[in-house]
Amino acid sequence: MNAPNQLWTLVWTFALMSLFAVGGANSAIPEMHRVAVEVHGWMSDKEFADMFAISQLSPGPNVLIVTLIGYSVAGVFGAVAATLAMCGPTAILAYYVSGLLRRSSGSRWPVIIQAALVPLSIGLMGASALILALTSDRNWVAALLTIVAAALAFATKLNPFWILAAGGLLGFAGVI
Amino acid sequence: MPPDSPPAEAPAPVEPHPPFEPPSLTALFLAFAKMSLAGFGGVLVWARRGIVEQHRWMTAEEFNETFALCHFLPGPNIVNLSFVFGSRFGGFAGGVAAFAGLIGPPMLIAIVLAALYARFGEIETLRRILAGVSSAAVGLLIAVVLRMMMPLVKKRDVAGMLMLMAVFVAIGVLRLPLQVVLLVTVPLSLLVTWSLHGRGS
Repeated sequence: MNAPNQLWTLVWTFALMSLFAVGGANSAIPEMHRVAVEVHGWMSDKEFADMFAISQLSPGPNVLIVTLIGYSVAGVFGAVAATLAMCGPTAILAYYVSGLLRRSSGSRWPVIIQAALVPLSIGLMGASALILALTSDRNWVAALLTIVAAALAFATKLNPFWILAAGGLLGFAGVI
Repeated sequence: MPPDSPPAEAPAPVEPHPPFEPPSLTALFLAFAKMSLAGFGGVLVWARRGIVEQHRWMTAEEFNETFALCHFLPGPNIVNLSFVFGSRFGGFAGGVAAFAGLIGPPMLIAIVLAALYARFGEIETLRRILAGVSSAAVGLLIAVVLRMMMPLVKKRDVAGMLMLMAVFVAIGVLRLPLQVVLLVTVPLSLLVTWSLHGRGS
């Protein structure tokens, strides 16, 4: 496939995906994985897991994993195109909807819609966690690290940075 | 990444509206760039701090309402929030300024990291480090999921838990495409929620 085609595929893929990303970027990870690894073969499982790791390590919103995917497909232009495609359309949608809602305030619909979507977005994030665990945790030590990290993050107020750093250190030491 | 959870805290005590001084486009851009770059591990916390506490551009209540709106709309929540927030002050241009501040600088950093990864990603040491980080990061994601589930568990929301499991299995285990799953589950969940809570109340 030539370069303009790649760019167009990126834009189309992520713009469409963003419209279905209820609950934010982490909910869309299974779809990103499906598209990038299984449908288009842009990268391996391992590379996908690496990009997730890098996106967690860098500042800014989590959605920036699409910047990394875009870069690996089509360089800098790919990175920018994928990011804008993922973020732009829904931001503009939010702009118009918020304008509409402010004119019809007092409606119960926002509450009902949110209550209906919350379980779905948690389910999606759970699926993200499962898929990432299957791609990241290749042995029992890695699986144990995931479980300990989950327990620490759930039960304590430890800054997540230290948990990630500890994971990196264990990887560096060759334990994983 | 983590606690990007919905704004769960009780509405803040009603305080007088903050002194109103509409920020300029540059101020919007810079404020969101700062929040975003500080926002390692989730920008939401920093956005709340910046908008409500530091700049006093919104009351805590207004912030929660705006975030709730952005949470039920599709797409990255905090990105939606930046655009909606910016547009309150500067119209469409204000939205673009806040959006660009939130996305631009961290995107540049991500591009640099992506380039480094493309160049050095094969180095064994780096691969090992990233493997460790990603295993830990999955753990963080699991913790977020557990935290978000707690209100459903406490409310004994059986319907919600069933919807949650259905989506989890369809996407995580069966690996069905997102669109197909949502086209079925969104209407279903709306119907169930509406019939359980919506009517009559």
